[in-house]
Amino acid sequence: MSNKIIYGLFADDELLLDATKKLVSKGHRVNEVYSPYPVHGLDTAMGLKYSRLAITSFLYGMLGAFLITLLMWYVMVSDWPMIIGGKPNFSYGQNLPAFIPVTFEATVFFAAHLMVITFLFRCGLFPGSSSRNPDPRTTDDKFLMEIHESDSKKITEIKSILKNSGAQEIKVKNSNSELLEEFEEKRKKEKNKKKIRSKKNNGLLEKFFKIIGKNPKKNE
Amino acid sequence: MYRSAVRKPLITGKKDLHDITVDISRPIETSANKWWWSLFIVSAMAMLWGFGCIAYTIGTGIGVWGLNNTVGWAWDITNFVWWVGIGHAGTLISAVLLLFRQQWRLSINRTSEAMTIFAVMQAGLFPLIHMGRLWMGYWIFPLPNQFGPLWVNFNSPLLWDVFAISTYFSVSLVFWYMGLIPDFAMIRDRAVKPIARKVYSFLSFGWSGKAKHWQRHEVMSLVLAGLCTPLVLSVHSIVSMDFATSVIPGWHTTIFPPYFVAGAIFGGFAMCQTLLLIARKVVSLEDYITMTHIEYMNIIILVTGSIVGCAYITELFIAWYSGVEYEQYAFLNRATGPYWWSYWAMMTCNVISPQLMWFKKLRTNILFTFIIALFVHIGMWFERFVIIVTSLHRDFLPSSWSMFSPTFVDIGIFVGTIGFFLVLFLLYARTFPVIAQAELKTIVKTKSSKYNKN
Repeated sequence: MSNKIIYGLFADDELLLDATKKLVSKGHRVNEVYSPYPVHGLDTAMGLKYSRLAITSFLYGMLGAFLITLLMWYVMVSDWPMIIGGKPNFSYGQNLPAFIPVTFEATVFFAAHLMVITFLFRCGLFPGSSSRNPDPRTTDDKFLMEIHESDSKKITEIKSILKNSGAQEIKVKNSNSELLEEFEEKRKKEKNKKKIRSKKNNGLLEKFFKIIGKNPKKNE
Repeated sequence: MYRSAVRKPLITGKKDLHDITVDISRPIETSANKWWWSLFIVSAMAMLWGFGCIAYTIGTGIGVWGLNNTVGWAWDITNFVWWVGIGHAGTLISAVLLLFRQQWRLSINRTSEAMTIFAVMQAGLFPLIHMGRLWMGYWIFPLPNQFGPLWVNFNSPLLWDVFAISTYFSVSLVFWYMGLIPDFAMIRDRAVKPIARKVYSFLSFGWSGKAKHWQRHEVMSLVLAGLCTPLVLSVHSIVSMDFATSVIPGWHTTIFPPYFVAGAIFGGFAMCQTLLLIARKVVSLEDYITMTHIEYMNIIILVTGSIVGCAYITELFIAWYSGVEYEQYAFLNRATGPYWWSYWAMMTCNVISPQLMWFKKLRTNILFTFIIALFVHIGMWFERFVIIVTSLHRDFLPSSWSMFSPTFVDIGIFVGTIGFFLVLFLLYARTFPVIAQAELKTIVKTKSSKYNKN
């Protein structure tokens, strides 16, 4: 028996949420959902744990405060203490008020940047990454549910649940790339069709507009 | 039982999710109109003129500016504070309004954050070129060196400023970019041309919109907003400490931090208003940036303008009440001395003109709003000019009293930064999603939009 992926495409976040709840209550696992925006309540419905990102940020902030304190103490008190404006730097504690602004800035700097780096790292996001959503419409207005299943009996059950809860399209594929390829081919075909149509109908007219630098139709 | 009135929709035109996608990718997928091009060419010319003036300054020395022994700080610092202040509104909109769950921010936060970043870039130019020897700019950082090592002085507000501005700039940039990732992914998924596709897929970092990623993204946005809120207040407080921790009459006042922050938000919202009024016309976003948004921003301008006015009057009162005659003279000199015209320009533009916003008819008038915003820009620029130049030009020794007049280089650099700012903004408006569409889509209910369509 081979592992299959069942895809259910929804046009509404509420339908998606209902379907997720239904599937989970029937004992199935919703492996992934691709959505154009965060759907509230979906993470708990899917059984995702809460994110610990905020905790990491707090720890990074503490680290920043510690490191900058160490640096300022070394620079101002230990390595080369100077008397500036008649105010000597004998101890860190006595001059603490002057060090508060920089401590604050460094705390924020560390908390923000290291948290963002953690976020990118944990999500596997980086410039030039080739990973993406299997259906390009999920960044526009569609919601895609992905369920991994190998049991053919269960697959039919899941399909019927998806159908009953309002899924627009239900597909069973072997991998993510298969779904993406299918979509790309469809897009190519449509593009070719458009090209042929435009060549047939108003090729000359379009050329004319191109020469005078005007677009006869406003692009969508 | 009392039932509150149904609020006006935040975006008009009965949009569904796909409409938003189409509307926001339109400026990116089509070519620019002649309005864009003409504005771009004018700004680019101003920018190049400014770059020329900067090159002249660095090549010859800052003696080419109008500075003299008495007035050692003038337009450079005025412009620096003006631009940093403008940046503050963007963070306020994206961070503070996010914490307060003000959903009307959704159609304006992306653009105002962009404004923040571009404005802080202009601000950062001034301390750098004021160094004269730009190539030694890295001396502002605490780096080990061969001079002892000779360290930076962590007691100095100027160094606090280095940390504040660099933290503010980098954190705002990251906050902005993290919000942009899902929107770049949206454009990537729509792109048909191979180059656009490659560029946007590079920029989108491989975003796929998985449930877990969204969950983390939301936590991250909230924490970043929480960090940015005190950050934005700290930045202008620290900028004000550049002045307040000195012993110059007119600068040495404890009111400066809150007064500067209020002024920054005031001036920043005016710039936001100016840019949005242009942007909604140039890239036709009238359905997203509605009269409601303009009115809300005008109310914020009114409130912060009143705070600023209050601060001016408090400052005057305290100068008299303190009994310090130097302080008293500094303020008397501002209002009646040789720079009286700049003081009264500031008072009229910042205190009187925003009070007209009390009238609903005026604050919902686009042309009027635009003009008032321009007044606020002028007023806020003069505020910094008044604080800086009029406090310095008559110092403790009457024999060294002098006047400041800008040279063409001073003016050229200032005009240049306005051009540079507009060039960046115009390029942004055509290549970036100008509205945070992923966030905006959360307020559009797919079911209800179907009902709305009928």
